[in-house]
Amino acid sequence: MADQLPEHPDFLWRNPEPKKSYEAVIIGGGGHGLATAYYLAKDHGMTNIAILERGWLAGGNMARNTTIIRSNYLWDESAAMYEKSLKLWEQLPEELDYDFLFSQRGVLNLAHTLQDVRESQRRVNANALNGVDAEWLDPEQVKEVCPIINIGDDLRYPVMGGTYQPRAGIAKHDHVAWAFARKCDEMGVDIIQNCEVTGIERIGDKVVGVETNRGNIATEKVAMCVAGDSSVLADMAGIRLPIQSHPLQALVSELFEPVHPTVVMSNHVHVYVSQAHKGELVMGAGVDSYNGYGQRGGFHVIEEQLAAAVELFPIFARAHVLRTWGGIVDVTLDASPIVSKTEVAGLYANCGWGTGGFKGTPAAGFTFAHTIANDEPHPLNAPYALDRFETGHLIDEHGAAAVAH
Amino acid sequence: MLLIDCPHCGPRDETEFHYGGQAHVAYPADPHALSDREWAEFLFYRDNDRGLYAERWSHSLGCRKWFNAIRDTVTYDFTAIYPMGQARPDTAEAAPQASAIAEADPQPHPTAGFEGAVR
Repeated sequence: MADQLPEHPDFLWRNPEPKKSYEAVIIGGGGHGLATAYYLAKDHGMTNIAILERGWLAGGNMARNTTIIRSNYLWDESAAMYEKSLKLWEQLPEELDYDFLFSQRGVLNLAHTLQDVRESQRRVNANALNGVDAEWLDPEQVKEVCPIINIGDDLRYPVMGGTYQPRAGIAKHDHVAWAFARKCDEMGVDIIQNCEVTGIERIGDKVVGVETNRGNIATEKVAMCVAGDSSVLADMAGIRLPIQSHPLQALVSELFEPVHPTVVMSNHVHVYVSQAHKGELVMGAGVDSYNGYGQRGGFHVIEEQLAAAVELFPIFARAHVLRTWGGIVDVTLDASPIVSKTEVAGLYANCGWGTGGFKGTPAAGFTFAHTIANDEPHPLNAPYALDRFETGHLIDEHGAAAVAH
Repeated sequence: MLLIDCPHCGPRDETEFHYGGQAHVAYPADPHALSDREWAEFLFYRDNDRGLYAERWSHSLGCRKWFNAIRDTVTYDFTAIYPMGQARPDTAEAAPQASAIAEADPQPHPTAGFEGAVR
């Protein structure tokens, strides 16, 4: 039997034993941890670093998101951060020498009420001022971009138009992780899987190392990229984060021939849909209401998003749900991330990306690496510091950009 | 979907309830005395426990009354339901695992403390 199997493909990264010490340790081997390591090595020459992953590489939210990439956020700080991310996405396939199926098929954000229309048009204008491509489409133009949408007035909430960002799109998330992992490994970064951090060692208000199930590791810089479990990890260092963990669910249908040419999001009826390269319809909606770490949520949330999807896309009525799953997301009170130093010297926090962390992967890595290497934030993430909750300089994207990321 | 035992109406679907987040966060006695840090803690910082968590729920599509609950944020099991204004029950605080309690030491009905509540 074995001789009939094709050769095993080459492994993309080594699986080294952890060393006794590193210049920096990144906790979390998901997209953000990998991107952070990549930019630390590439832009800041820090290659004596390790990524510690409790499970396997990119097995958390990096494998669970709905892969939407866009930058049409309302506020200046958000547009700057997410537009930087989109620009990095545009160059990463070549830079990482890996075709991870980044497809700029555009994103439509639908408007269903007069208030939606006004907010959407305001956002289009704000985007234009920030150099983000965006336009307002009337219902007929929406139909032109995505012919399977029902723009009739027989809906409870008819489509009154939508914003369109042509440069937005999707990418294949597991390949993104593998692309980063291969490049990190080539540059000398140790990617250590099955290595759970059980403690963060401090002397006074300085980090000196981490305790893991595979021994202690000395380091003066610890970077947290563990969306979902950020509060639990921060607690090991004796600090508190303004984060609540919530389950977020998504689902896919069986495979279909291409029917859905773009990404459609609707906040009002609350569903977002794209069609993966392989052919599944990929959908998601909002978080479950309660705090949870269980990586599962209530079925009524799935039911509500499917009801919305079938009303918007009548042909989906014949599709079957193949698989649903949940991940745990970090939610902040202003629905914007935290990419910041902390009150402990040498401890850095990248968390709170809520339901929109995937699109932010490159910019999170880029700005977080800058923050770790220089012990100072990059201008892009300076507004995303923890102290904004004390100064009141919140970046209130709740309901501004789009509830669903 | 969670089945939540409203102390006034009995067990109902989660969709009838509104989640109120962490319980026992008191309004500061003298808000003017707080530093910016302390005010931020009151406004934006909440516990985010993995495991047993004291939280508030409102039966918003039923009796519209608020109550407290202890729920495990990993298994989502409820271990106790108790009235607003009552301190967090000790039994739930001391217990590491909801399931372990159920096996080792049968608990009173989760709505104990609501004597006389109309079901």
